[in-house]
Amino acid sequence: MPANSFNGQTDYGIGIGLRVPHYAHILEKKPVVDWFEIISENFMVDGGRPLQVLDQIMEQYRVVQHGVSMYFGSADKPDRAHLKKLKALVKRTKTPWLSDHLCWGSVDGTYTHDLLPMPYTFASARRTAEKIRQIRDYLEVPICVENVSSYAEYHVSEMTEWEFLTEVVERADCGILLDVNNIYVSAKNHDFNPYDYLNGVPHHRVGQMHVAGHTKFEKYILDTHDHPVLDPVWQLYAHATKLCGVTATLLEWDDKIPSFQEVHDEALKANEYIDGAKAAKAPPKK
Amino acid sequence: MKSALRATGLKPPPKHAPKRLATTGDVVKLQRLMTHILVRPLTKDDGLQPTWIDGRPMTEVADEFIKPNDRLTAFDRLQLYNRMYWFRLIDIMHDDNPGLRAVLGDRKFTRLVEAYIAKYPSRSFTLRNLCERLPQFIREEPEWTAPHTALALAVTRFEWAQTVAFDGEQRPVLSPAAIARTPPGRLRLSLQPYVSLLALDFPVDDYVTAVKQRDALRTAASNTVDRARKLTRIKRVTKPRRRRIYVAVHRLENRLYYKRLERPAFLMLQAIAAGQALGAAVTAGGRRVKPEQVSGWFTSWMGLGWLCPRK
Ligand SMILES: [Fe+2]
Repeated sequence: MPANSFNGQTDYGIGIGLRVPHYAHILEKKPVVDWFEIISENFMVDGGRPLQVLDQIMEQYRVVQHGVSMYFGSADKPDRAHLKKLKALVKRTKTPWLSDHLCWGSVDGTYTHDLLPMPYTFASARRTAEKIRQIRDYLEVPICVENVSSYAEYHVSEMTEWEFLTEVVERADCGILLDVNNIYVSAKNHDFNPYDYLNGVPHHRVGQMHVAGHTKFEKYILDTHDHPVLDPVWQLYAHATKLCGVTATLLEWDDKIPSFQEVHDEALKANEYIDGAKAAKAPPKK
Repeated sequence: MKSALRATGLKPPPKHAPKRLATTGDVVKLQRLMTHILVRPLTKDDGLQPTWIDGRPMTEVADEFIKPNDRLTAFDRLQLYNRMYWFRLIDIMHDDNPGLRAVLGDRKFTRLVEAYIAKYPSRSFTLRNLCERLPQFIREEPEWTAPHTALALAVTRFEWAQTVAFDGEQRPVLSPAAIARTPPGRLRLSLQPYVSLLALDFPVDDYVTAVKQRDALRTAASNTVDRARKLTRIKRVTKPRRRRIYVAVHRLENRLYYKRLERPAFLMLQAIAAGQALGAAVTAGGRRVKPEQVSGWFTSWMGLGWLCPRK
């Protein structure tokens, strides 16, 4: 959605992920970019260059925090030291909202550093929603949870992924970071229709979208973030925009990262689909 | 019950995957089981081990809780995650330890890393801390680095110190006025947390610098047309001979630096870091140190911003 309570009533446009190979270009050339998404963990440090760069970026640009290790779905309680560091960063960046994934990845304090798929059950939806609420209350910032790509499903699951996502965000009363590439990847890996997914989620809760590239293998698709966005993913993005309205959008490119310009140009392609979605929605002219 | 179960903090997996997830306890069981499977070392062919820790075929364990599809079995699906776990962590350690890789060679380095992560899986939300216990592991299990264990240990300590110097905490520096105000006997200083003091048996600062320069040349050469000719011209970096050095790994204006120290200077800094009063720290440098040397060192350390008031 455009401005809503889940993205802090902001109306951000198209952004890209802030990545180390682009630091020098951004700081020297100061290209026009609507906003940057930063990986929170890269800046949850005690000092040194990462924070210096972040401060310099913030002098020129708007940033939004995206996390990869909060693990809303892990049965472990949130780690206090982790939350404290995250809150300090939230205060530093004044991020209007914060996102992390609907997944798990640690148990007994041991971290896999992966985004592991949830079992889609009511009990785990309740637990996860409760954890999201606790974390949001502590951080005092709106939270959007992101759907992940997955390569496995569990026998215990009681519902579809989009029903589970809906159950969690309704119970937590939080937003959604809708990653349309992840929907595409999971749809191919688990044989569902990605349009059913898009149609099935509460559109008014979508505070941000992700687009990215993936890699096809013979028997599965991997979410690699090392390519331009593929056409079927753009088509999904256009449909999502029709359903949710024009929403803050971010291109993820994390591996084999090309030049800043190439990444930014790829992200700006979203504009074509936004225009298309707007035209399709506009009332017919008399 | 092999290496995966040595995983620090990770409690044993359930005998079977829970059939329903009604309680938090059930969720924990499922997550423990899956984590134990993912952190198990890969086979020689980078596959999921075919036999589970209780002797059952892994296919049977996987089928109990993971759905197959018409292209992938439950085993295949877990294998994807098992591989991604190992490849991701090995990649990170690869990037963080160019010097250690040069000492051991890539194959031996990978075997060391596999043994290390199997024993000490990550206990931190951030991958930054992944190598923290590597020096300890090399001491505990020298067979992975033999016959170069001493050099490997020195290089690993040096490379971890770089991580600390890169983004470690910086406290407010001590002002000359504060020193002037307090009698030396009562003045307690501290060393910036981002500074590491290392007494090493090899001159690994020069060695790691040479390795990094070589790697940079290789990357540049492999991007050129006549890459083969250029690559062969890049010199090998020979392993250093044993020689005691004292070095501080630190940062200045957010750039990494190494500074060689004379032994008395090193001992004084060590005493300061340990919380000794200034007078005692100066004494720790030994009797042969001249007062003008001490004042020169302090001026330099203050200039580098290494000293801060003790909390
Ligand atoms: Fe994403």
